Formats: sequence, structure tokens, C-alpha cells
Amino acid sequence: MKNTVTAVLAGLSLSLSLSTAALAEGKTIGVSWSNFQEERWKTDEAAIKAQIEADGNTYISADAQSSPAKQLTDVESLIAQGANALIILAQDASAIGPAVENAVAEGIPVVGYDRLIENPDAFYLTFDNKEVGRMQAQAVFEAAPEGNYVFIKGSSADPNADFLFEGQMEVLKEAIDSGKIKNVGEAFTDGWLPANAQRNMEQFLTANNNEVDAVVASNDGTAGGAIAALEAQGLAGSVPVSGQDGDHAALNRIALGTQTVSVWKDARELGKAAAQIANQLAEGTAMDAIEGATKWAEGPNKVEMNAVFLKPVPVTRENLNAVIDAGWVSKDVVCQGVQPGTVDVCG
Amino acid sequence: MTEVTSSASPQGASAVTEGLPARFLRATELDVRMLGMVGALAVIWIGFHIVSGGLFLTPRNLWNLSVQSASVAIMSTGMVLVIVTRNIDLSVGSLLGFVGMIMGVTQTEILPQWLGFGHPAIWILALAVGVLLGAAIGALHGYIIAYMSVPSFIVSLGGLLVWRGAAWWVTSGRTVAPLDATFRLMGGGPDGAIGSFWSWVAGIIACIAVLLMLAYSRKQRRKFNFPLRPLWAEGFLALLGCALILGAIAVANSYPWPSAIVRRYAEANNITVPEGGLFIAHGIAIPVLIAVGAGVVMTFLANRTRFGRYVFAIGGNPEAAVLAGINTRWVLLKIFMLMGALAAVAGAISTARLNAATNAMGTLDELLVIAAAVIGGTSLGGGVGTIAGAMMGAVLMQSLASGMILLGVDTPLQNIVVGVVLVIAVWLDTLYRKRVK
Repeated sequence: MKNTVTAVLAGLSLSLSLSTAALAEGKTIGVSWSNFQEERWKTDEAAIKAQIEADGNTYISADAQSSPAKQLTDVESLIAQGANALIILAQDASAIGPAVENAVAEGIPVVGYDRLIENPDAFYLTFDNKEVGRMQAQAVFEAAPEGNYVFIKGSSADPNADFLFEGQMEVLKEAIDSGKIKNVGEAFTDGWLPANAQRNMEQFLTANNNEVDAVVASNDGTAGGAIAALEAQGLAGSVPVSGQDGDHAALNRIALGTQTVSVWKDARELGKAAAQIANQLAEGTAMDAIEGATKWAEGPNKVEMNAVFLKPVPVTRENLNAVIDAGWVSKDVVCQGVQPGTVDVCG
Repeated sequence: MTEVTSSASPQGASAVTEGLPARFLRATELDVRMLGMVGALAVIWIGFHIVSGGLFLTPRNLWNLSVQSASVAIMSTGMVLVIVTRNIDLSVGSLLGFVGMIMGVTQTEILPQWLGFGHPAIWILALAVGVLLGAAIGALHGYIIAYMSVPSFIVSLGGLLVWRGAAWWVTSGRTVAPLDATFRLMGGGPDGAIGSFWSWVAGIIACIAVLLMLAYSRKQRRKFNFPLRPLWAEGFLALLGCALILGAIAVANSYPWPSAIVRRYAEANNITVPEGGLFIAHGIAIPVLIAVGAGVVMTFLANRTRFGRYVFAIGGNPEAAVLAGINTRWVLLKIFMLMGALAAVAGAISTARLNAATNAMGTLDELLVIAAAVIGGTSLGGGVGTIAGAMMGAVLMQSLASGMILLGVDTPLQNIVVGVVLVIAVWLDTLYRKRVK
């Protein structure tokens, strides 16, 4: 069923672009998705597709449905369909290796999208996750320059959770060493589940007799769990909490004042950049000649790669209009239940 | 109840000159396996209390523990019946997520259009929608299992995938928050507890109920010429039951509202906070009351109704049950319907507690629920199991999880410990059963 839909979509986009293909040289860009189970990839897809077609190229895609094995065959079939460049959102960073080698052997450039594919011949495009961690810690640090800190980390199975934590520590290390900030509890959140974050937070509050001055949570879901635990102790709003993703619920919490910051990674920017890079690579531009490309070798195996890192945006009460103006979320959603006169955007 | 007699009488018959403990157990008819669980729980609690430097056995932590256990405990009461009939339900976690999501959307996006935000009827309508939906989905599972003869493992495995996917589908993965203010009371918190006065009232009513039940059962036994417990044993049971109930109430009533909430409450009601703070007790949390209510109702269903007897008859010997004229298919369907409704109630509690409905809500809960039932003495071979045991199993597992977080043990190690405890618990149970035979 899904395959037919994909095929129809591919056919549709093929016929659509054939009409415009006469103008451009008509490269084909293949995108291999890990899974459409998550809302955000739909946003990415729309952005990638729009940019590819704006450049007069053709968009073809396949969805691996969370299976690393299916993704291998997906990539092969995209190559067989004549892709001139590939954008791969890897389901499994290591298991995708053979597929990438295959593509490279055929002379097809590969862009690793959002998740690291550690291969010297692949291009790496993502938001800077350490920077996300730094921004989270910075915003919380400004609100609570000293006191007891709790760290609600991400899933221990996700390498991004470690990048985030490293970034957070970079900002706070000095204050921790000087004793101004005390780390009174840190825990991984199994599966990034908000309910687990809530339970961890409840236990930290119990263990510290509510003497917690700041919470550095790694994303908006876990922030929601931590805030629910703070609410039960009447502390929500007085203890700064960080997050990321720009979840609608989190943006509402920022307007309400219970969350301090949500570091927002605009998926449309990422999609657009990926499509532009893939278009250039398909036309034969060398990887290190891409605009903004840097040499990067901080992956687990220290392989040197060409990479572009996009800057995320920390969304706080002051710049909530940024997400609304960008069309990411409507004003009604952000301002639901907000007292008039407390937040500028809400009036 | 069948449990009690089968475990106590063979011992009495074999030992002509019994020791004091054996005589005590026979007279009070206490379930030895249940006592074992109480012992294990006591060891865990006291152990954590000592290692954590006196943090575990505090009113606050015990109160948290009771709220944290509520959702899994509620589902485990239904899982007992499912497992007793030699079935399994792997879909409860996903079902919880899906129904929770539907309830979230109903109260934040659908009902406000008709009734306006904050309407007092929103919570009950959302809950009703959830419970009906849960029961309907459970009935569908039950129908496929009972009438179309597809193994429950497969049906619920399918359900696990289907309802997790459906939970995502409802809002395309978006988190729904914040929820209706009244609905959130089901999740606990200072507002979601009934306060000290009503807690005492509830405790005293429960205590009277225990006394009446003991008196009634004595009367019934006399009527049918069954052997009676000695009077001292009756007195002991009454005392024990009341002491446990009132003790739990006392603990809940010695957990005060946090100072920030007291301050807000005082400001809103024009009360001046005296020196040293105002003591307002939490009392029993609403989710815990719901869980206890579910436990009582399910125990009554299992032990005192025809439906319950059929369930255990089917579990003991399905063929014999059919030959005895029991409509086993209809009973099975009802069990799964019940399971679905209980998962919905658990879903209401979890979403209310988090003040958000997320599409990952309840992930892996099915395993916790099954583990709770099994640790609580439910046999995967069918025919054996108690509701109270399963609920204690849920508390035991939650105690391990919460205690380890208090100690700062990280999640991978927590999972290892819980896994090991599960296997050891079932192994000990097997040993015990062999010995009784």
C-alpha cells in the first residue's frame, strides 16, 4: 500500500517536473527517510521537495518505516531509479554504512541529513546539537546564576543526548567548579518519555527537599514532565526549565511562564539547505566547495568529514513572535490561557 | 478466596502436631504467599530507607509512590483475569496511549467548541468517551480472540502496533496540553487529593466495611455449618485491617502541602500564614482512591460473582468449563472488555498526571502490568491469581524504580535490577507451589 502510494507520488512528481525539466538539466535527487511516524519529517519533506523542484530537479523518495534493513534496499532502489544525489536520514547510523559505500562507488554524492553518517565521502548537515545544549544551559543560567541544578537528560540510547549534555556542561562547568552551581541530580530519560522525566523529577525534588533552583531538560517532552512534577510542589514558574523542539505545548508553557526556553530548530531551514546542497553536489560541485562547509571530525570514530551546521534559535518569552511570524504555530495556540498584558505577543 | 483454603489446609492436614506459627496461620487463614510479598516489600522499603539515608519511608515519598503506582496497579487488576484464563494482553500500553490521546483531544479541542473552555462537564464527558472507547476496543479484541479463535498473543500484539500507530495518527504526533483543570485532579497533586478530613472519613468507612464483612462471613459460615475461625483470630484480623487502613491514612495526612502552594492558597483566601508555616495535609490522592476502588470492585467480581467463578473455571480447565455449560466465549469477551475499560481509566490518570497527552504515553506499560500480575502470584499456566497480589506487585515494582532514582542509580542498571527481581520472584513462587503440593 505504502509502496504504491510512494510510487504514485514519485510518478506524479516525475510528470510534474518533466514539464519544467525542459528548462533545467533535470537532475534527480533521491531522499531516503527513516520513518514518517514522527510529525516533524513531514515538514522537512515539504521543504526539501519545494526546493528541489524550485531548482528544476526531480524529487524521488522512499520511507524505511524504522527498519535499517529496509533502508538498505530503499537506497539501492533510489540509485536504480537514477538518482544523481542522495539525501539520507539514517535510521541506524552504522547500519547505513554499506548503502552509502554503494552510492559512493557509483559516484553518487550523499548528504547525511540531521543524523550523522560517519563516512568520509558523505556530507553531514544538521543543527549543531552541542550548540542546542549550550543555548539551553545559557538561558537557564541567566535566570538562575547559582543554586541547585537538576539535569533531565535524553535517552541513553541516543547519541544526541550526550552531545546535548556536553554542550550544557561547557556553559556551566565554570560555575560548577567554583561551587556556585551544585549538580544535585542527573538522570537519563528512558525513551525520551515525559512520564519517566516526571518520575525522575519527583524523586529529585523529594531527595533535595524541594531545594532545586533550576532544571536543564534536554527537550520539550521531558521539560513537560519535569514541569508537571514542579507544579505538584507549587514550584512551576519560579524554577527555570529548558527544552528544545518548539513543541506547540512548550511554546504555550513559555507564554504562561512555566518554561524558560525552547531551542527551536526550524525543520524547513534544514530541509531547504539539504536540497540546495544536494542540487549543487548533483551538478558536480566538490564537497568542500559548498558554501559554509567546514571540516569536522568529532564523531564517535573521529572521521574527518565536510559538514554544515545550522544555528538553532532559542525561543523565550521575549522572542515568541519569531515562531509565530515564521508560521510554525498560530498565535491562538501559543497564547491559550495567558493572562492579558503579561506577554507582548499575546496582547 | 479459593487461594486461601487451598494453601492453608494441606499444611494443616499433614502436620498433626503443628507449631505456633502454623496454628496461627490456619486460624487466621492468611495467605502465606501474600505474607511473603508483604515481607519482600518490607525488606525493599527498609533497605532503601537505610541506604538513602532516611528518605524512603517519609510521608512524601510514600505518597508519591502510591500515585506513581496507581496507573499500572489499575491495569494489573484486569490483567489478572486475562492471564488466569490462559490469555495475555500485550496491547494495554498502546491502548492507554491511544485512549489518553482521544481523551486529551476531546477535552481540549472538541468539547470546548460546544461548551466553552473550562466548562464543569468537560472532564466527565471526556472520561466517559475514553472509558467507552476503551471498552469497545477491548470488546473488539475479545471478539476476535473468543469468536474468531485467533490467539490472544497475536491479537494483542497486533493491537500493540495498531493503537500505538493510532495514537500518533490522532494529532500527527503532536502533544496535547494543557488539559482541563478538573480532569487534572485525577492525576493527583495537592489539588488532586481529598484533604485530611475526607481521608479520615474514607478510612473510617473502610474500617467499618472490614468489620461488617468479617461479621457477615462469620454469619454465612455458621449458616452453612462451615468451620469458624476462633474469635481471637477474627479480632486479630479486624484489628490488622483497621490498623493498616488508618495507618495509610495517617501517613497521607502527614504529608503537608508544599510551602509555595500554601502561600498561594493563603493569598487567594485571605488567610495570614502563621510563623513556621501553615500545615495543610494532602490526604489520600484521587488516583489512589480510584485504584483502590478498582481493586475492590475487581476483587468482588472475581470472588463473589458468577462471572468470577467462570473466569477461574475456564482458567483451571477450559475444556471442562465448556462441557459444564459455561459460555466461555462470552466470558472471554467480557474479560477483554473490562481490560480495555481499565486501560482507559489508567490512561485518564496518566494523562491527567502529566497534564499532557503524548503519543508515546504508556510505552512498555504492558510489560510492567504483566510483570506486576506475575510477581503478585498470577500463574501464566492459568487458573491461579489474586487481584490484591497483582496490585501489590505493581507497588513492589514501582518501589524498586522510585527507590533507585532516589539513590541516583541510572536507568540501564534500574532495568537490570527490575528484570532480575521479576525472575527471582517467579522462581520463589514456583518453589513455594511445589512445596505446598
